[in-house]
Amino acid sequence: MLKLSQTEYAAIRQHGEDTYPHECCGVLLGSVNLDTDTRVVQSVVRAGNTRTDSPHNRYSIDPAELIRIQMQGRKRGEDIIGFYHSHPDHPAMWSSTDLAEAHWIGCSYVITSVDGDKTTGKAVFTKSWVLYGSPDGSAKQLEEEEMIVQNPEQ
Amino acid sequence: MSQIKVQIPTPLRQYSDKKDSVEVEATTVGEAMKAITTAHPDLRRHLYTDEGKLRAFVNLYLNEEDIRYMQKEATEVKDGDTLYIVPSIAGGRG
Repeated sequence: MLKLSQTEYAAIRQHGEDTYPHECCGVLLGSVNLDTDTRVVQSVVRAGNTRTDSPHNRYSIDPAELIRIQMQGRKRGEDIIGFYHSHPDHPAMWSSTDLAEAHWIGCSYVITSVDGDKTTGKAVFTKSWVLYGSPDGSAKQLEEEEMIVQNPEQ
Repeated sequence: MSQIKVQIPTPLRQYSDKKDSVEVEATTVGEAMKAITTAHPDLRRHLYTDEGKLRAFVNLYLNEEDIRYMQKEATEVKDGDTLYIVPSIAGGRG
């Protein structure tokens, strides 16, 4: 299960609209409860997409940027619990590329579909998938998880 | 020998007694990796292939620099350095 506030949920979707028709990507910081398999998002951080060769259907986050995001998160007691990216004009379902390139076992991979006219796009569906399997790459699978969007006062 | 910190990413902490970082003594990145996989043997197969090569999706950054653009695993370390193990983050609609 992934819990996040309405503000963070909106920020993820807005990022997808801002970069349309290119894919956006970012990092989910917060805490994880391994016993209940629940991740709670405390902040959402935008990252640059380094796949400038094919930004409409690929994303990649520079590890150096991820390290900086992680260091900032640690100062607030937050850890990396997942990532997000957008699928311009494509469903919010993971692709074979998403699975092949996913290596953060136990983390959430949030995908937002953004539909548009190749100039401007509107976020449609946002879904979250958890990566299960072994970090050595064997038996990997992305399973949809419940996403609970909470109002700030809750 | 220098005392450095090796930062463990979230998915690998189940193999490092849930520690998010481990202090090791080493003179190079390679020695630091050997030290951490000796202290936590279960980490090894997740980081290295059966042939002993670092898995393609595993990035090693010394402080904020990619060791591939330094002297790779022969890169020297100094007291207070942090070695980050960073699995790659990528994908796309395919």
